[in-house]
Amino acid sequence: MSARKLTAALAALLACTAAPAIAQTVAITGGKVVVGDGSDPIDGATVLVRDGKVVAVGRDVAVPAGVRTVDAKGKWVTPGLVVAVTDLGLFDVEAVDDSNDSGAGRSPFSAALDISQAINPDAQHIKVSRAGGVTRAAVAPLGTGSIFGGQGAVIDLGADADPVTVPRAFQYVDLGETGARRAGGSRIAAWADLTNALSEARELAASPTGARRDDVLLSRRDAQALIPVVTGRQPLYVRAERAADIRMVLSLKKDYPAVKLVIVGASEGWLVAGDLAKAGVPVLATPLNNLPDSFEQLGATHSNVGRMKAAGVNVSLGAYFDQPRYAPQYAGNLVALTRVPGASGLTWNQAFAAISSGPAEAMGLGDRFGSLRAGRAGDVVIWDGDPLELTSGVTAVFIDGVEQPLRDHQTRLRDRYRTGPAEGAVPKAYEW
Amino acid sequence: MKTLYRPLLAAAACALALGGTGPGLAKDAKDKDKKEESAAVKAARDFNKDPYPSTYKPYPSVPTALVGATVFDGTGKQIDGGTVLIKDGKVVAVGGPDLAIPEGYTRIDARGKFVTPGIIDAHSHLGDYPSPGVDAHSDGNEMTAPTTPQVWAEHSVWPQDPGFTRALANGGVTSLLVLPGSANLMGGRGVVLKTVPARTMQGMKFPGAPYSLKMACGENPKRVYGAKGRMPSTRMGNLAVNRETWLKAQDYRRKRDSGKLESRDLAMETLVGVLDGEILIQNHCYRADEMAIVLDMGKEFGYKIQTFHHAVEAYKIGDLLAASGTCSAIWADWWGFKMEAYDGIPENAGLLHKAGACVVIHSDDANGIQRLNQEAAKAQGDARRIGIDVPDGEVIRWLTLNPAKAIGIDKLTGSLEAGKGADVVLWNGHPLSVYSRPEKVWVDGALLFDSADRKRRGVTDFELGQPGEGDVK
Repeated sequence: MSARKLTAALAALLACTAAPAIAQTVAITGGKVVVGDGSDPIDGATVLVRDGKVVAVGRDVAVPAGVRTVDAKGKWVTPGLVVAVTDLGLFDVEAVDDSNDSGAGRSPFSAALDISQAINPDAQHIKVSRAGGVTRAAVAPLGTGSIFGGQGAVIDLGADADPVTVPRAFQYVDLGETGARRAGGSRIAAWADLTNALSEARELAASPTGARRDDVLLSRRDAQALIPVVTGRQPLYVRAERAADIRMVLSLKKDYPAVKLVIVGASEGWLVAGDLAKAGVPVLATPLNNLPDSFEQLGATHSNVGRMKAAGVNVSLGAYFDQPRYAPQYAGNLVALTRVPGASGLTWNQAFAAISSGPAEAMGLGDRFGSLRAGRAGDVVIWDGDPLELTSGVTAVFIDGVEQPLRDHQTRLRDRYRTGPAEGAVPKAYEW
Repeated sequence: MKTLYRPLLAAAACALALGGTGPGLAKDAKDKDKKEESAAVKAARDFNKDPYPSTYKPYPSVPTALVGATVFDGTGKQIDGGTVLIKDGKVVAVGGPDLAIPEGYTRIDARGKFVTPGIIDAHSHLGDYPSPGVDAHSDGNEMTAPTTPQVWAEHSVWPQDPGFTRALANGGVTSLLVLPGSANLMGGRGVVLKTVPARTMQGMKFPGAPYSLKMACGENPKRVYGAKGRMPSTRMGNLAVNRETWLKAQDYRRKRDSGKLESRDLAMETLVGVLDGEILIQNHCYRADEMAIVLDMGKEFGYKIQTFHHAVEAYKIGDLLAASGTCSAIWADWWGFKMEAYDGIPENAGLLHKAGACVVIHSDDANGIQRLNQEAAKAQGDARRIGIDVPDGEVIRWLTLNPAKAIGIDKLTGSLEAGKGADVVLWNGHPLSVYSRPEKVWVDGALLFDSADRKRRGVTDFELGQPGEGDVK
């Protein structure tokens, strides 16, 4: 490597290892701006971000003198994507157990487990998802030995040491077949576990001395962790697919009216859409299930989300465990359904909201991020085309107003192997 | 093609194909001694190679002219304002606006729409791991020995898997290769099926398609058998077991050719089918370094690797793959779920294309098979962003003619060329857009999906009387 090349490489290295910049004031101008709240995109608009927050969006936004300007003419500008219920940041390689913190099946604890302690902001999956436009995620602990996964966290995907936006943001419970298996082999066991745990938490909350009956099943820490659930301070995310299971979940409100439910999965949600709408319970639906993968989703159809939406259900996309960066593809598929006779889908505006403001609102955090409305986090993504379209890509990502690096293991490999081996050249190991 | 698999003729046909080095030559040379040949030797050599024959016949069709569409013919060509004529199950002609439409054809106005060949998935487990995915349906991996070339995936296929109907209706998939899983080094034979609803596997079987042998390198076999405390437990163990098995197959072949084989061996028959060039190798392999070793193993024992499957690191050795004429069947952007997938990049397809290697987009997934067109489009976008412009027609080839070649049916389908099977998809928009879906799908000229006709939609036995029976899905 020549001296000049070496200097350039060192400079690049320094640039990418330097501490992330603090939030600046930045004006992203001239782009087609999607606010993400279900409204129409605005052509030729400006997004002004100051002190890490969106301060103004529109065609007539004045750009203060001396402010950094990013020209987004011919591009799309959107809020960062929000992915609800994911295992992002919990593993380096899913199948390499030692690198994977998504399951804690042999732990004696359950509801008390706090996933915010395991988030690794340097995980390649976070970097790759960020480069795909994902800026916030609700990370769920999924695999304990109990129906309770533990307490999930809301994170940002910024390249900094502080990934947690809201720790202990929700409690996660598996019902249906998974919950039944974990609880002892039947849905009745899962239901007994759930209702018993909530009642132990309620008793503990009501006990001024913290004294407990001597026949409790939950450890103190697990019971304590459920107190914010029964008092409604922490949402309870419940995974349920079958129509009958969803109805059971909704019935929980009778005994525990304060519990803030969010239904996760809901493959047969369309069959109980009226009940879901009436209960006003948010749904984070797996976007494109349409196979009877199990007996709890015999009625699965791509039209599930569209039908729930049409029935007035507060439904967004979530609970897809492949890759968070697939969010736009899934949303785009729901738009495609509007052109299929007999199918139900979402309008483009609804579809984009279902991967941005929708999940943020289901988390109860719609006032903090998920859209480009004033006062929300400066999570902004610039795309080289329609963000839901397959061939489009991300050109810039801002999180809390800070422009993010888009380099990762994948882009480094790509750059190394862009050209084939050259006769007489040094091995590629020296090209970096 | 079909005759190649008829018993008795097989040996002769094979000798022609291999330029006289096959069993046919041995047979001719020994013509004099034929009388002394025992019945056992005959049985071991001249067995029926097609004992579970296809019973599929094209369903009723009407001569149809698709007029005014943008046609991607599967060979890489794009024809604007194109006309496609299909009749009696075959493509009759494909041309531009000047192509005359003979009398008796039903015209479909396809202006503003798009036509492609039926999509082909070179890697599926539909039927072998059907929905619902209960343990009782887990029929894709014979995980009891590291080499099981004697098992045939077709004997596990459940034709009532609802996945077939979804692949047809949402993915425009008309043919697929159903493979055994990758737990074993040699997992067994794969079978090419059509996505036509049928009572039996034979009723779906693609007539004239060759068999494939599924092989797997890397993590899976060594993990599965290492955990059982037996060989292989390492990658070097993988190779050793493979090589020993190929040596046995060579020996078996020699015995057959010299008339010394007195009993049949199902495992060896599959492997000798590979050595004879009748059975194609479909090799699950993620890492570039392992693919290079497997290519050498093919040379060592005299067989060709038709296709590497999953091949997430193929981009590192595009030159080797182009030189060996081996296809890479890949996902657009799966990566990082297991150690050997850690170096997967979304530009894999684009870089392979640039290197002149054969690109196939595959699914390995009951959901992914419904969106192969979308996966290809993503790969096209990722390629474009690093300056590799792959024309739309060529991207469609990744889903049609290339997989047809990868699974050995490229003479029969995979492109819209006169005389080929009329497996055709009419899309309601550009097939590389997320907003498009198949509007109509023909299999051998028969209209088997029509989005405008709710009765022209397959409903499996399993779904009858269930929630959402006949739903749009």
